[in-house]
Amino acid sequence: MPSLLILVPLVGILVLNFLFKLVVRRAAFWFVLVLFATQAVITFLHAPFFYAGSADRLNPFFKVVFNVDGISFVALLCIEIVCLASLVVARYTLHDLNQRFNFTNLLLISSIGMNGMVLTSDIFSLYVFLEVAAVSSFIMIAFRRGKRSLEGAFKYIILSAVATVLMLAAIALFLLACSDTSFAAIRHGMGQSPHSNIILFAVGMFVSGLFIKAGLVPFHAWLPDAYSAAPDAVSVLLAGIVTKACGIYALIRLVVSVFGFSPGLNQVILLLGAVSVLAGALAALGQNDFKRMLSYSSISQIGYIALGLGSGTALGVAGAVFHFFNHAIFKSLLFVNSAAVAEEAHTTDMDKMGGLSSRMPVTGSTSVIGFLSAAGIPPLAGFWSKLVIIIALWKAGDIAYAVIAVLASILTLSYLLSMQRRVFFGRLRQGLEDAKEVGAGFALISVFLALIIIACGLLFPLVFNAIYASVKQILIQ
Amino acid sequence: MTNLNLMLLVLMVAAAVWAVMARSLLKAAIGLAIASIIITIFMFEFNSPLAAVFELSVCSGLITVIFLSTIGLTRPLSHKELLALSRDRGRRYGFMPLLVIACGAILAFVFLKMPLDLEVAKNTISVGAREVLWNFRHLDLFGQIMILLAGGFGAVLLFRETNTDEW
Repeated sequence: MPSLLILVPLVGILVLNFLFKLVVRRAAFWFVLVLFATQAVITFLHAPFFYAGSADRLNPFFKVVFNVDGISFVALLCIEIVCLASLVVARYTLHDLNQRFNFTNLLLISSIGMNGMVLTSDIFSLYVFLEVAAVSSFIMIAFRRGKRSLEGAFKYIILSAVATVLMLAAIALFLLACSDTSFAAIRHGMGQSPHSNIILFAVGMFVSGLFIKAGLVPFHAWLPDAYSAAPDAVSVLLAGIVTKACGIYALIRLVVSVFGFSPGLNQVILLLGAVSVLAGALAALGQNDFKRMLSYSSISQIGYIALGLGSGTALGVAGAVFHFFNHAIFKSLLFVNSAAVAEEAHTTDMDKMGGLSSRMPVTGSTSVIGFLSAAGIPPLAGFWSKLVIIIALWKAGDIAYAVIAVLASILTLSYLLSMQRRVFFGRLRQGLEDAKEVGAGFALISVFLALIIIACGLLFPLVFNAIYASVKQILIQ
Repeated sequence: MTNLNLMLLVLMVAAAVWAVMARSLLKAAIGLAIASIIITIFMFEFNSPLAAVFELSVCSGLITVIFLSTIGLTRPLSHKELLALSRDRGRRYGFMPLLVIACGAILAFVFLKMPLDLEVAKNTISVGAREVLWNFRHLDLFGQIMILLAGGFGAVLLFRETNTDEW
């Protein structure tokens, strides 16, 4: 019954607005928390009663067959965990009850968009659900209606509109050339006319649109402004999953299941991945704003995922999917930490912070785990996914790109170490004497995310083998 | 392509450019409505009456009415402010029409060079595009309802009256 993943949040919205709005708004948080937690558990367990396609009685209504494979499971799990983290952060950082209530509704709509995108096996439906997630993101970024947040949302809208035009035009060409927009029909059409200029042009346009959505350099202009100007809970959601689901997941899904690898496409993805890895890391080095630095770091990490995909091998794609998961977790954790720090220090300027680890021990220590994983330090999860990507690049003969990935890892270590030193280590800065942990929920979600990072690192063979096996199976099909 | 279509296309681009470059919001909204009406004509010509009716009623009609009523609630700029805005806009976006023409020329060149091989489509198209999109796509309609819902929340959140002056 995968269709419940898009129907239940809608029922949630109706219940919230017609029942909880009248009865008690405070209960909305617990209601949605239980909803996301249930979805996460069902996905984690791969519950056969839920994911068996034949059991889905709603398929005839939607007139589609939902596509659930290993890559979808990873993406669904990321969506649910990050939505959960974002919800908890909203509880502590959005103080106005009305604002928090509206945010909860938008979060549910966004989860419908992302779940729909992951489940669908049709390129037009993928586009529609991508827009559901994008529209709710625009609103959430502009939530506070400050000048910066409106500017961030505006830049996102403008560049998204460009991506939309490219993708819609590409879909029209696919429909024209392949007679349908389902993944199977496009794959069939490409198989019949592998050198069709129309189809190749459509692939180029669609992939370019996804590059904008993913925030790869040079299509990244919107990303730092949108991430840093958004309210903290929205930053967690955007950096943790929205950008990745809308851009990178869609790119992996389409390249692996529909377009297939070709030397030209691989080279474009590799080049953009390498430029993003380096440019993102170098830009992050020069930032004083905590959230802005994490935003540039996201560009760099998305570059790693692109490098894995661009290698064009099962190992590289599995590495990319594993890094997709790891990045969703450690970047959410770092943004949760930045939200906690901003809540107590009332600023995100790292030059005005220092020594916060002594006052906020849980935030400080989980932040160390997040940063070590992001920097690729063993035995944490981030190390393994980067290692797999580098090995895949080396094996595929893309040695220059493997070297770039290694060098950028040193840059990552350097800017994240600088962040730790300026924010958490050293002497407590004047004016921060009253800082303390924001709340039990904040601490719990930070520890939860940190534990996932440690567990995935220690259980690497188990986790990676499962991903690798399913990627190989998809590629054989 | 007939001369009439060509004229309409030029008119549509001119109306769209006017919508972006116009000094007055009112004129910009009218420019957008004109561009939308011309798109409607093309949709009728391409045998898509359903899409055309939606375009005409929602984009040219409803949205223009909402724009005009919202503009009616705003304070109009003084002549001096309008001149300054116009100069600034010309300086920042004056190159845009040239960029559009250049992109159009490049695309035209690419398409003229590119053989439009639609063998696959000729062999396999059995259902019309319109029929595919409107009769077999309930999931997409569900998605579109979600977009409208998000838009509704956005309108409530972003356009509600506020006492705080964050600007």
